[in-house]
Amino acid sequence: MEALVWFFLIAQFTAPVAFAALGETVGQKAGVLNIGLEGTILVACYAAVVASAATGSWIIGLLAAVLIGAILNLVQGFFTVVLASDQVVAGTAVNLIGLGLTSTLFDAGVASGQKFSGVAGIPKLPLGMDLLLLSLPIFAWGVHWLLFRTQFGLALRGAGEYPPAVESAGFSVIRLRLIALLIGGVFAGLAGAYLTLGTASSFAPNMTAGRGFIAIALVTFGRWKPMWVLGASFLIGILDWLQVALQGRSAIPIQFFMALPYVVALIVLVAVGKGTQTPHSLGLAYRREK
Amino acid sequence: MVVVLTLTFAAFGLDVSASLAIMWKGAFSDKVAIARTLVRATPLCLAGLGIVVAWRAGMYNIGGEGQYVLGGIGGAFCAKFLSILMPSVLSIFILLSGIVCGALFGALAGWLYVKRGVQVVISTILLNFLALLTLEWTLRGPLQESKKQTFVTDTLPNEVMLMRFDSGTDLHSGVFIALIATVLIWVFLRYTIPGFHLRVVGDSPDAARANKLPVGAIQIRAMAISGGLCGLAGSVDYVGLTGRLADGYSQNWGFIAIPVALLGGLTPIGTLGSATYFGALFAGSEVLKRSTPIGNSVVPAVQGFAVLAYIAILWALNRKSQRRAD
Repeated sequence: MEALVWFFLIAQFTAPVAFAALGETVGQKAGVLNIGLEGTILVACYAAVVASAATGSWIIGLLAAVLIGAILNLVQGFFTVVLASDQVVAGTAVNLIGLGLTSTLFDAGVASGQKFSGVAGIPKLPLGMDLLLLSLPIFAWGVHWLLFRTQFGLALRGAGEYPPAVESAGFSVIRLRLIALLIGGVFAGLAGAYLTLGTASSFAPNMTAGRGFIAIALVTFGRWKPMWVLGASFLIGILDWLQVALQGRSAIPIQFFMALPYVVALIVLVAVGKGTQTPHSLGLAYRREK
Repeated sequence: MVVVLTLTFAAFGLDVSASLAIMWKGAFSDKVAIARTLVRATPLCLAGLGIVVAWRAGMYNIGGEGQYVLGGIGGAFCAKFLSILMPSVLSIFILLSGIVCGALFGALAGWLYVKRGVQVVISTILLNFLALLTLEWTLRGPLQESKKQTFVTDTLPNEVMLMRFDSGTDLHSGVFIALIATVLIWVFLRYTIPGFHLRVVGDSPDAARANKLPVGAIQIRAMAISGGLCGLAGSVDYVGLTGRLADGYSQNWGFIAIPVALLGGLTPIGTLGSATYFGALFAGSEVLKRSTPIGNSVVPAVQGFAVLAYIAILWALNRKSQRRAD
């Protein structure tokens, strides 16, 4: 019993990063590196808390987060996929907008007495479980199934490997990549919703604290395989939980433990190198031939 | 960008013209305001130049933030352990150690890419967090002030600080460092052979390889220069403005420098201009914060929208010229 409680506690640390990383996997498989993930999650966090506070319903909060995540990713997709602009540039812009907009809205909201904490959260089941947490492995399996067991997934992966081939097979690379980004946005929304409604039920400026970036690293770490990505997220979740559990109890400076997720992610990336599993056209814009 | 700003104010139900007037006053009205603008522009310009050098070499350095922080840490170590030096010599050592620390940190990311294929975008992001945690730790460990009460470093003595022009303002001679750096990087990229090679590697690594250029070495060098400039930004702020380090020493300067460089068209001169513009925006929004709920946090949002608008404009211009070619 005790072990299960611990497991679900760690899972709570895992979930936001895992959701984000699963969505990013879909995008990267289709060739889109979504650097704007951090900003998207942050806006989703804000939307979840505000919508939940306004309606008193966590479901509405969740839906708001998912909707705004999808919209933001499509906006970014308009620039990177449709206008074929640089993915890092557009992603950085989305991060800046996310950070600036939510902080400004938060400041303005606090000044006018808006409520940013203690909103309706996801109801907890025994042992610290909740519905969203339990659905995480199903989502991971769903992503795996979508990518590797369906015709659509094959086309999607093709868009990340060799877009001209997919285009000549009658698919639209642009549409495939936009759909991949849409799915990624939904997952980023789930990540934002869980980070707020699943744990503290509150919002604070820059509360994502780099989780979006960690999620991007986790996709490489998990070799673009959804189940591996989930496992990698769990490892990072353990390290994340460790620094909270050890706060004030260890002779070693706490910053050392806080650094562990980043150090481990970096070491793994160094150890696996680039490898052959990177989607070939990852980060490259596709321009249709005339 | 003024349009974006206007829309933002309108969205918050503020009096647009009054808000713009306050910002203008806060950025340019008198010598205090102008000094405020230039002081904010200095780190933005230096770190922005760093971004220009890396990105022109095709290395997406997002690690300006970490390199800036390490520059500050390097400077603070110098100040603590070399305090026997003459004040003016010490200032120079602090600046140099900022460059060295930032350059090593940048080169590390470059090396990881060249040798191990770790994407610079990802490694520099991870290194940012490590730099921030290093700052937190040093402020609670080796660099903590001598009374050991709060988490800050000892304040630098006045003689070590960079020269100020007017005791009424914060403007320090670091602003000239930014100007000189701009000219140097401009000359480097435009008129020197290593600068040319760097641009070739950025435009087409394959062409560079075909011409037997040492692509890996050039990429690592670009990251070192980039990190050095971002580190210099950190140490200039330390020895010019704050005189000490604290948690939150870098208020996203290294990160905000990315759009500064982008909107400057990834050119040194453009970066100087856009750094001044955003310096003014910062200075103005600081003053605006006193009377409205909107403060500095609006700047990144304005930058983000501006970058997207910039992309769209470039795309439109590009299409127009293509149509003409057809």
